[in-house]
Amino acid sequence: MEFFIISMLNGLSYGLLLFMLSSGLTLIFSMMGVLNFAHASFYMLGAYIGYTLSGVLGFWPALVLAPLLTGALGALFERYCLRRVHPFGHVPELLITFGLTYVVLEVVQLLWGRIAVDFAPPPALQGPAFTLVNHSVEGLRWVWGAVPLTLCSAADASLRIVCSPFPATRGFMMLVALAMLLSLWLLLTRTRIGLVIQAALTHPDAVQALGHNVPRVFMLVFGAGAALAGLAGVIGGSTFLTEPAMAATVGSIVFVVVVVGGLGSLSGAFIASLLIGVVQTFAVALDYSVGSVLAAWGLGLSPAWQASSLGHLTIAQVAPILPYLLLVLILIFRPRGLLGTRDA
Amino acid sequence: MNAYSVHDARWGSPRVWFVAALVMAVAPWVFGSGLAITMLSQMGIAIIACLSYNMLLGQGGMLSFGHAVYTGLGAFVAIHALNRWSAAALPLPVSLVPLVGGVAGMGFAALFGYVTTRKSGTTFAMITLGLAELVFAMSLMVPEFFGGEGGVSGNRVVGTPAFGISFGPAIQVYYLIALYTLASVVLMYAFTQTPLGRLLNAVRDNPERVEFIGYNPHRVRYSAFIIAGFFAGISGGLGALNFEIVNAEVVGAARSGGYLLFTFLGGATFFFGPIVGAILMVLAFVLLSELTKAWLLYLGAVFMLMVMYAPGGIASLVMRNLQLARHGLLRPMLGAYGLLGLASGLCALGVSALIEMVYHRQLNAAMGTQLRFLGGAVDTASPLHWCTLGAALLLAAAFFEWARKRFAVQWDAAQQAIEQARLQHAGEAP
Repeated sequence: MEFFIISMLNGLSYGLLLFMLSSGLTLIFSMMGVLNFAHASFYMLGAYIGYTLSGVLGFWPALVLAPLLTGALGALFERYCLRRVHPFGHVPELLITFGLTYVVLEVVQLLWGRIAVDFAPPPALQGPAFTLVNHSVEGLRWVWGAVPLTLCSAADASLRIVCSPFPATRGFMMLVALAMLLSLWLLLTRTRIGLVIQAALTHPDAVQALGHNVPRVFMLVFGAGAALAGLAGVIGGSTFLTEPAMAATVGSIVFVVVVVGGLGSLSGAFIASLLIGVVQTFAVALDYSVGSVLAAWGLGLSPAWQASSLGHLTIAQVAPILPYLLLVLILIFRPRGLLGTRDA
Repeated sequence: MNAYSVHDARWGSPRVWFVAALVMAVAPWVFGSGLAITMLSQMGIAIIACLSYNMLLGQGGMLSFGHAVYTGLGAFVAIHALNRWSAAALPLPVSLVPLVGGVAGMGFAALFGYVTTRKSGTTFAMITLGLAELVFAMSLMVPEFFGGEGGVSGNRVVGTPAFGISFGPAIQVYYLIALYTLASVVLMYAFTQTPLGRLLNAVRDNPERVEFIGYNPHRVRYSAFIIAGFFAGISGGLGALNFEIVNAEVVGAARSGGYLLFTFLGGATFFFGPIVGAILMVLAFVLLSELTKAWLLYLGAVFMLMVMYAPGGIASLVMRNLQLARHGLLRPMLGAYGLLGLASGLCALGVSALIEMVYHRQLNAAMGTQLRFLGGAVDTASPLHWCTLGAALLLAAAFFEWARKRFAVQWDAAQQAIEQARLQHAGEAP
């Protein structure tokens, strides 16, 4: 039971992190029709800038400043590069963001080196947020913070006590993502600039005619998307690992999320993020192979199958390909994605 | 993207193919070193791969992030076929191994392409990316086929040599590659002239209208995808023969990205563009990566500049200047060209010095602060050197801006003159 709860929370927090990234990507896509290939690069930039700033100013100022800086970089990129290729069509737009991934990756290695940097969360977020103590007699108990070791080890050999801690950084990740989701929703539906953005999504010419500077709105949205990626980077980088490969690791998953959820659909991206986060977290924790599952059902595999590595593959080993498998299945059976409205 | 110039009649003439064959036959005698022959072989392989990639990107408007899947799987099947042949001592010539790779590439393209080609544009790009990740992740899971970390190795010297050709020496493999390259290039050029090739261009430009005149865009894309997969597989098979080892890297995302990058740099809108791109690719991978550790940064920056300022790639730059020359407008522009070249050369020099200095501080700090840069020595610890470089770079940038403005004015005037001449020729202008 505690395994299920902790895995579920881990999966949800990972899914929410994915949503922080995919929401910016979706906003940019639905606005400009550009799938920003370099979105994960902004995530990485956020993590590295956050790392440097937290060394100078401390973690909390860095959490605010790093996304702003990343957003400014994103806005500059939109203003001076993306806008220039906009008249050429969507393929060059995708290509220039693809080129940016190379440049950002190399610049990061240039400035911060090729190996991972030590970006630790602040002391307040280190350690568990709460611990589930499963006592074989007293049942499941919820304890805030860490649990003293004496509580986890039973004096009596007949008792079985399992302590499952849930890291505070992951709790913080969920908190920030939910706050971000809420403020994004409020911004888009309740404020003037949000209404202008929504209008510019569907009727850019009319909005322009009403006297709004639509290219500047585009620049702001691109910058905001990059800033959201930067925020996710500061949190993801301090929770997981800040290294040059982090953009590639998370980047392709985010594209899967966006396509599975339906290109341009924020709620679709939300559902797909959680789905993929939970599926991947559970898959990593499950150690069953095709052979062992079939054997449990009383079906033996042929010797040839037993000898091959396919029969031995466990679900945990298959975990990395599950998102892509999901992508292919979705595209076969529901090409516009879970909640997508338009056929891209 | 602009129109794909298939009308370029000079390409179809037998004379061009004859010259190409001659160049390929003579090249190993001109550049005789072992490195040169290796590079020439790799160029042949890359030319087939990039041209097959451009069948999708330039002719079909399909931006694929997973072309290495087809070259890579072709390579794996080819090396397994080679090993089977040598184990069973089948009386089949080694020179047919690339064809096995081609058939394999075609088979996988037929399998995956049905899903991927349903849509074009962004969705197509994302599905190919997902499939590429899927295949790459699989490659580490199924060591029987992909050979795990070490890859699959083979031996191309199999059976009795026919006509004294054992394919042991690199030069014999080079000529095999050259033959395949020539045949593939001719066939792929011929494809652009077929009704299917023309329909593919139509599907790229306006799938809706193609549908209205009674063709199925999905089927057109799918057919082209399968044919591109065939040539990609041939390229992979040749690679397997050339290196005698195939590892999971050949289906990786970096390889796919390389095809995209260099096909675009060469020029996706002209048939010969990807050939230029493929040659550049081998030069960059073999020579540039030796020269500097930051080569991917230069590559990415050049690619971005190219997308912004010359989206037709090198091929379109060449064609635009040839057009200028035909109208006799190139000669008056040579001065502006010289200034622009000088200015951009200075800028590139300054920027690369800066990059190399930062790199040196970051990666080679243990080797002292001295950095050899183009024959000179710079001290990465001296503020004077940094400041001098910064000031020089600013000056160069100002010079470049001035030269660029001058050039832009002349260039626009020349383009207008050409347009005027065209209109007059058509009898539309006063």
